[in-house]
Amino acid sequence: MKAFTYQRTDSTAQAAAAAVQPGAKIIAGGTNLLDLMKLQVETPSNLVDINRLPLDKTEETPDGGLRIGALVRNSDLAADPRVRQRYGVLSRALLAGASAQLRNKATTGGNLLQRTRCYYFYDITKPCNKRNPGSGCAALAGFNRIHAILGASEHCIATHPSDMAVAMRALDAKVETVNRHGETKVIPIAEFYRLPGDTPEIETSLKPGEIITAVTLPPPPPGVQVYRKVRDRASYAFALVSVAAIVDSTRGRIRSARLAFGGLAHRPWRVAQAEQRLVNAAANTTTLNSAADAVLEGARGFGGNDFKVPLTRRTLHSVLAETTRT
Amino acid sequence: MEMNSPVGPNALDRPGIVGKPLDRVDGPLKVTGGARYAYEMQQDSVLYGFVVEASIGKGRIKSIDTRAAEKAPGVALVLTHRNAPAQGTGNHREAHPVLTGPQVTRYGQPVAFVVAESFEQARAAAYLVDVKYDRSNGKYALRSNLNEACVPKPIDAPAADSAVGDFASAFAGAPVQLDVTYTTPLQSHAMMEPHATLAAWDGDKLTLHTANQMLNQGQRVIATTLKIPAENIRLISPFIGGGFGGKLWVNADAVLAAIASRQLKRPVKIALTRQQIFHVTTHRSDTIQRLRLGTDREGRILAIGHDVFSGNLPSEQTYEGAALQTRTLYAGPNRLTRHRLAPLDIPVASSMRAPGEAVGLMALECAMDELAEKLNLDPIELRIRNEPSEDPEKHIPYSSRHLIPCMQEGARRFGWDKRNPKPGQLRDGRWLLGIGMAAATRGNPLLLSKANVRLDPDGTCTVRMAMTDIGTGTYTILAQIAAEMLGLPTERVRVELGDTSFPQAAGSGGSWGAGSSGSALFEACNALCEKLARTAGMDSATATFANGSIASGEQSRKLTDLVGAGMEADGEIRPGSNNKEFSQQSYGAHFAEVGVDEDTGEVRLRRMLGVFTAGRVLNAKTARSQAIGGMAFGVGAALQEAMALDPRFGLFVNHDLAEYHVPVHADIPAIDAIFLDELDDRSNPLKSKGIGELGICGAGASIANAVYNACGVRIRDYPITLDKLLSGLPVRT
Ligand SMILES: Cc1cc2nc3c(=O)[nH]c(=O)nc-3n(C[C@H](O)[C@H](O)[C@H](O)COP(=O)(O)OP(=O)(O)OC[C@H]3O[C@@H](n4cnc5c(N)ncnc54)[C@H](O)[C@@H]3O)c2cc1C
Ligand code: SF4
Repeated sequence: MKAFTYQRTDSTAQAAAAAVQPGAKIIAGGTNLLDLMKLQVETPSNLVDINRLPLDKTEETPDGGLRIGALVRNSDLAADPRVRQRYGVLSRALLAGASAQLRNKATTGGNLLQRTRCYYFYDITKPCNKRNPGSGCAALAGFNRIHAILGASEHCIATHPSDMAVAMRALDAKVETVNRHGETKVIPIAEFYRLPGDTPEIETSLKPGEIITAVTLPPPPPGVQVYRKVRDRASYAFALVSVAAIVDSTRGRIRSARLAFGGLAHRPWRVAQAEQRLVNAAANTTTLNSAADAVLEGARGFGGNDFKVPLTRRTLHSVLAETTRT
Repeated sequence: MEMNSPVGPNALDRPGIVGKPLDRVDGPLKVTGGARYAYEMQQDSVLYGFVVEASIGKGRIKSIDTRAAEKAPGVALVLTHRNAPAQGTGNHREAHPVLTGPQVTRYGQPVAFVVAESFEQARAAAYLVDVKYDRSNGKYALRSNLNEACVPKPIDAPAADSAVGDFASAFAGAPVQLDVTYTTPLQSHAMMEPHATLAAWDGDKLTLHTANQMLNQGQRVIATTLKIPAENIRLISPFIGGGFGGKLWVNADAVLAAIASRQLKRPVKIALTRQQIFHVTTHRSDTIQRLRLGTDREGRILAIGHDVFSGNLPSEQTYEGAALQTRTLYAGPNRLTRHRLAPLDIPVASSMRAPGEAVGLMALECAMDELAEKLNLDPIELRIRNEPSEDPEKHIPYSSRHLIPCMQEGARRFGWDKRNPKPGQLRDGRWLLGIGMAAATRGNPLLLSKANVRLDPDGTCTVRMAMTDIGTGTYTILAQIAAEMLGLPTERVRVELGDTSFPQAAGSGGSWGAGSSGSALFEACNALCEKLARTAGMDSATATFANGSIASGEQSRKLTDLVGAGMEADGEIRPGSNNKEFSQQSYGAHFAEVGVDEDTGEVRLRRMLGVFTAGRVLNAKTARSQAIGGMAFGVGAALQEAMALDPRFGLFVNHDLAEYHVPVHADIPAIDAIFLDELDDRSNPLKSKGIGELGICGAGASIANAVYNACGVRIRDYPITLDKLLSGLPVRT
């Protein structure tokens, strides 16, 4: 850890102004940032603490949705009765993540911006384009069991590790931000995360210094909500594959379905065509295979993660069987 | 006392406090923070150290630039091979020299040690040390280097090979044959407390507060390494937050702190970071194990062969003794076991959680399951048919052996009769359910130990020995033994451990701790009882001790009236002919039920039972906890634990606890362990046998066998992760 200065801020604009300075970094729960600082993966010279900003409320929106402050803790959000009743997929995704202690600290904004768990990203003695652009990607020909099978590039095959973001992707959440001039912006979550391409160090569409203030959820779509996280142990493990599914069906016939996947790519993965193939379709093997084909279009393993291709297909089948059973 | 004959009836045979489920006497200290661990010890003007690890697996340090680090705030010293003193050498059990030269022999080898006024300053400066390397090609992966494997020749472990009869012809001629290869991965101890040391010199006397399981051994290793007399070294380690073998030997933390402290003339403290522990300290080698079992049509073993490959640094002879239990567990006239060790350029492989048996049984006990299926026999029946009447290789009797009762009692309690031998027949929703069993066995070593016990006029008894309690309950069982022997309440007994200024003790490891230290204390108490009887003018043979008094016939005297200014006695236990003339092991049987998600291949344990016999149980509660902990290890070994080697760098990729998986609470549902009554009068005066590592032995195999029973997929490459199961599971149609 490099020595750093620390500053507390009273307004979001002030925080954004401080955060835009070179070497500055926002700290919320700190559960990801501090780990990375200890390992010198992140080396901010100034920490801008936003924990006192009034961003810790979850409110109803006029259209029947929810607006979640960026500082709402993962535990609180998961336990919020409105979330549990109307956005079960989100509550479950949150509770499937990390540990109780971490969730008590972790914030909504921080969770969205947590960084990949790629082993080589965490080890500064190894090449990593995301940490050190142009140095290469040690995972490509290395141990890549947890890496991406979709949307990866030869520069980076990392995944985004958040469970919460996968559920938000299925819910079509929007990310609200503010910059140092006090200008606000609303970014649909579909446009929030980027694929690695040849700039894996740029992970989102946020501009330097831009601060997340809230995440809004539109009114819940009809259907059963499920979050299935496939992992190597029963808790406290990142998803190998996860599925956030919202499926509206009766008697084995699907009216509509939303499917977002975690553990597969540099961002929560959602394929419109897969969902279209399920609209007004019988929930049988042919339909499900066809949807899975659409999800896995272009999928490729890098050795250690080859199993994710069949695993995704199987998990999708399993989730759709569960959600269409009436 | 030397163990040369059966111990006969003694004071522990009557019902008393020994065996009772007494709460840990150190429990309140631990939960209130009163128990201080090495890193928590305070000392004035202490400095903090941080290790810089080699980031290559093999090669040479070309240059090492420490100028920036030396100029960094708070830095007092940067040690490298250029300014480190000459040290003694030897294998990792003899010496632990650090910063010896520019050669890098393994990933994570300390190449510099930065000492500063605060931990943060030391760490920050450590990142400023600029090391350039000439990398050479190392040999990292066991599998790729089998052709170089040799017969290991350790001085302090059983011979690598054993043979009885003619294995080759007997196996070739056996009507039923099984020839399977199992592999187990690299594993890390993953104990809670990191390796930590506080070193301080007073003239030429060195004191080390250090997390170490075997203090007297540690004292010798430090003496050899620093080339100073052992009597000038004091190791203090009253509380240790788990070791699992990872703190049996001296690690770099202790030596680096000692050297830096001597140069700086100030105390130096260090704790390895969680990430550093994986490379800087020891680990368990991966193994490749070929099992060959040949039987007649009734399942009686005619030939049993177990070939094991493991790896270690070229300078080490320690091998993973995975075939050792195969020499003694089952009958059979023709036998062959062989261990081969491949020289590898990776960190030192050493003892971890039942070295040998833990991974050996994961192969042998699954092979037995496979064999039972081949023979169409119940797995328990197969084992019963191969119950030996004497040790099949040494041809000596067992000191005590109740494997069959363990299996039968376990089967009854677990509902083994409900198991369908045909896999894949039972389900709960998408979960395929299966149950499996495996036998447990672990050697019962006894090591030289001494103890001192003292009774003061205020009625308190003080026990002292250089024994350690690594969280297992040693303080508690020793308090129980002294209380029982002297007729005192346990609250009157103060047990002081973890200090080499106390009488020499075995330390904690190899399941020898309770038996060795407890027996030494038993002997010391006997000696004290005799002194007390003599002082009271009573016959020690008939005197009884209870309620703080000694009584004989009509006579009774308060002990506090006899001790004068305090009375003490020493005791000692040594292994003797009993340890050569009797084959000594603890036994047990594990039963596990798992669910396998038929879609995703996820495996989750549902319930598990271990039934054990291990001689006298000294404390029902700590024994059970110990067994359950071992079984949880088994869950990890079967399903999760593996260090991933990156063969390009010689690096263990997943070197933190987020990615090196051990079971979490949610993985451990209803687990129970019970001990059947047994006394072993050839083992030690307590008539107990080792239980420390018994729980892990066979536990993983019972889970693997349950996985097979659940879904019909046999994975012979541990851990059984979902990616390996997937291709064997049916596709939904
Ligand atoms: C061992 C372990 C296991 C875990 N397991 C899981 C898991 O299974 N699933 C899962 O989803 N997550 C898991 N996590 C990750 C955890 O969810 C994240 O660490 C957490 O959500 C981050 O939130 P935080 O508030 O602590 O973020 P911080 O660490 O404070 O910040 C993270 C990043 O976000 C930035 N940031 C924070 N808030 C804002 C804001 N309002 N505006 C702009 N930038 C901001 C920071 O600058 C920083 O770059 C795990 C973490 C650990 C340590
Ligand atoms: S996958 Fe991405 S994060 Fe991992 S080493 Fe490659 S570039 Fe770095």
